[in-house]
Amino acid sequence: MPDYRIYEHPILDFRRGRRVRFYYRDKVIEAYEGESILAALYAVGYRVFNRSPKLGLPRGAYCMIGKCSSCLSIVDGVPNTRICIEPVREGIHVEPQEGLADIRRARKQEVVETVKVETDLLVVGGGPAGLKAALVAAEHGADVVLVNDHFVLGGQLVKQTHKFFGSRDYFGGTRGFRIAEILSKKVKEYSNVHVYTNGFAYGYFKGGVVGVAVHGEHPLNLLVKAKTIIAAPGAAEKGLDFEGNYLPGVMGAGGAQTLMNQYGVRPGDKAVVIGSGNVGLIIAYQLLQAGVKVEALAEILPRIGGWFVHAAKIRRLGVKILTRHSIVRAIGSDRVEKAVLQAYDERFRPIPGTEKEFDVDLVLISIGLQPDTKFFAQAGAVMKWVPEAGGLVPIRTWGQETSVENLFVAGDASGIEEATTAFIEGEIAALSALLKLGLGGKEVEERRGKLIDFLWNEYRMAPVVRRAREGKLKVTVSEEEMEKIRMGEFP
Amino acid sequence: MSYKEKGYITPEELEKLGLLPPRERLEKGPVVIAECPEEIPCNICVHVCPFKAIKMDKIYEIPRIDWNKCIGCGVCVPQCPGQALFVVDLSKPGQALITLPYEFLPRPEKGMRVKLLNRQGKPVGEGVIVKAWQHDRTWAVTVSVPKDKWLEVRAIWIPEK
Ligand SMILES: Cc1cc2nc3c(=O)[nH]c(=O)nc-3n(C[C@H](O)[C@H](O)[C@H](O)COP(=O)(O)OP(=O)(O)OC[C@H]3O[C@@H](n4cnc5c(N)ncnc54)[C@H](O)[C@@H]3O)c2cc1C
Ligand code: SF4
Ligand code: SF4
Ligand code: FES
Repeated sequence: MPDYRIYEHPILDFRRGRRVRFYYRDKVIEAYEGESILAALYAVGYRVFNRSPKLGLPRGAYCMIGKCSSCLSIVDGVPNTRICIEPVREGIHVEPQEGLADIRRARKQEVVETVKVETDLLVVGGGPAGLKAALVAAEHGADVVLVNDHFVLGGQLVKQTHKFFGSRDYFGGTRGFRIAEILSKKVKEYSNVHVYTNGFAYGYFKGGVVGVAVHGEHPLNLLVKAKTIIAAPGAAEKGLDFEGNYLPGVMGAGGAQTLMNQYGVRPGDKAVVIGSGNVGLIIAYQLLQAGVKVEALAEILPRIGGWFVHAAKIRRLGVKILTRHSIVRAIGSDRVEKAVLQAYDERFRPIPGTEKEFDVDLVLISIGLQPDTKFFAQAGAVMKWVPEAGGLVPIRTWGQETSVENLFVAGDASGIEEATTAFIEGEIAALSALLKLGLGGKEVEERRGKLIDFLWNEYRMAPVVRRAREGKLKVTVSEEEMEKIRMGEFP
Repeated sequence: MSYKEKGYITPEELEKLGLLPPRERLEKGPVVIAECPEEIPCNICVHVCPFKAIKMDKIYEIPRIDWNKCIGCGVCVPQCPGQALFVVDLSKPGQALITLPYEFLPRPEKGMRVKLLNRQGKPVGEGVIVKAWQHDRTWAVTVSVPKDKWLEVRAIWIPEK
């Protein structure tokens, strides 16, 4: 069997857990505790995890964070299981799911237990925004329930090996995965924070009750009646239309980042990266650190999208950045074998005769993120389409409250930015919730005012993040305006 | 084409932005060059410099070095998340010393011969590591390079044994 596990890395030590054996089809797979099922299968060479319902086209790993449904499989008889966020367990039976699941014929039919809990604050999502919110609320004595779909806390931080920019007050200078470790540990120290990992908030019901499906080993239907809710479910990577984009090996750049940095699994041998935002630039650098060759990074615009310093890092190691270029085609049978890039003119029309072929097994897409706002839409929050924020996002007050009273939004779900602003928004939301709960006095109010001022009038004033600021301005309103929105008046 | 189109900055652009220390200062001893020309929200270098040699009022301003205060100690080099800080020492005859960040395998060791790369990743000669130390797994590597290459060399590549 091939072995894609990384054993030596310049930044990371992969301290693998206990050995675990499970079954895939009828084969025994050796894995390590702490790996997701998909990561363990990928490590030994599997690339196709599902087939499309109509055409039977192969489906590979794409997002690796439970957002794209490309990896739906049957685990111990339970269909539609996202194996990218399901941890390996001894003796489980995993099978690929060809097309749509036949729910009625699923082997496991028993109804899981429903448990009801009450709390001051429910936090949905344990990324930087959610963790910070939970911590701030807990420090002030609130009773907190934190649910996180992934089996590991930390959100996107767990895969980020670079040192953070931004303010020292918000972990500037510290590597992302370390920040995740620090915060997750802190959260667990509070006896008034109850954490459910593997817990997916599936719906908001009348009276502030949220349904949470706890999946995995001990499935549970958790009904949380919360006085206040902060939802920070993050974002998903956008897809791109081109011929062959369904082939395994075409992956979200963040998906590759998860494989190599969280699980220590090399996503492939040679890559092209599409899109020159910070995520694309950073991941190109991290691919080099993981021993993957980066043949080119293509950007359709005439300028590099991300920060110059990130571009300079890969450029000085010889990575070509092709501006005014994009991908036209991925070629291969059941996995990427070649990628064809092409030049585009200033009106984004392909220039004939400029096609360049690259022998690669990875095409990594990093053309932007899209806020995950299903939860807010289902809850009935008033939303607005804001391209600068990445798409549809809930309208909110300066204190992060949506039009659904006592439901707050923070982090990427409120509009795409980065982890530092996710921390700050999470903190602002928590302080607002504390005020509502009557757990915060003057000091909380003052702290909140200061943070809002720093966020809007200093941090977001940096020219490179102005566009995001403008996007967020379009959906941020005063309490009075929000009252009108709640009465049905549209801004 | 500006650095935002090419992904690398040229000495002319650095000069124009006032990011290069005066020649007399360079010849006196080690000093830092911040190749951080874009206004990004970051101020790590300001906080880590033990000599308070880096100035910035608002978090997004570009860092300005006080070349009289900077002693070229290199403390800031491995801590800059943008890997944009380089210490250059032109005080020795024949060779220039450059201290740059490095985050790859194999691990750097004193005495190793390494490939010298310019800002576009092109090999421009060979150098020797004279010092290497780590901060949180980022190495600050001091290499000796041909003196006329001090404004070119910005990365090293250590061939696998
Ligand atoms: C794939 C990817 C890679 C990135 N890489 C970088 C990078 O290298 N550098 C950088 O600076 N920025 C990067 N970013 C951006 C940065 O990480 C984010 O801005 C930041 O993590 C946002 O924090 P958050 O708390 O809003 O969401 P996230 O960090 O995404 O956390 C959301 C959490 O919520 C959970 N969740 C989602 N839905 C539910 C639900 N319904 N119920 C319960 N839990 C739920 C998820 O499992 C996850 O743990 C990346 C973003 C993504 C999506
Ligand atoms: S080299 Fe030393 S003195 Fe100069 S700016 Fe960096 S940390 Fe400060
Ligand atoms: S620490 Fe580095 S990236 Fe940040 S402002 Fe200073 S030189 Fe620029
Ligand atoms: S949901 Fe598993 S790869 Fe996207």
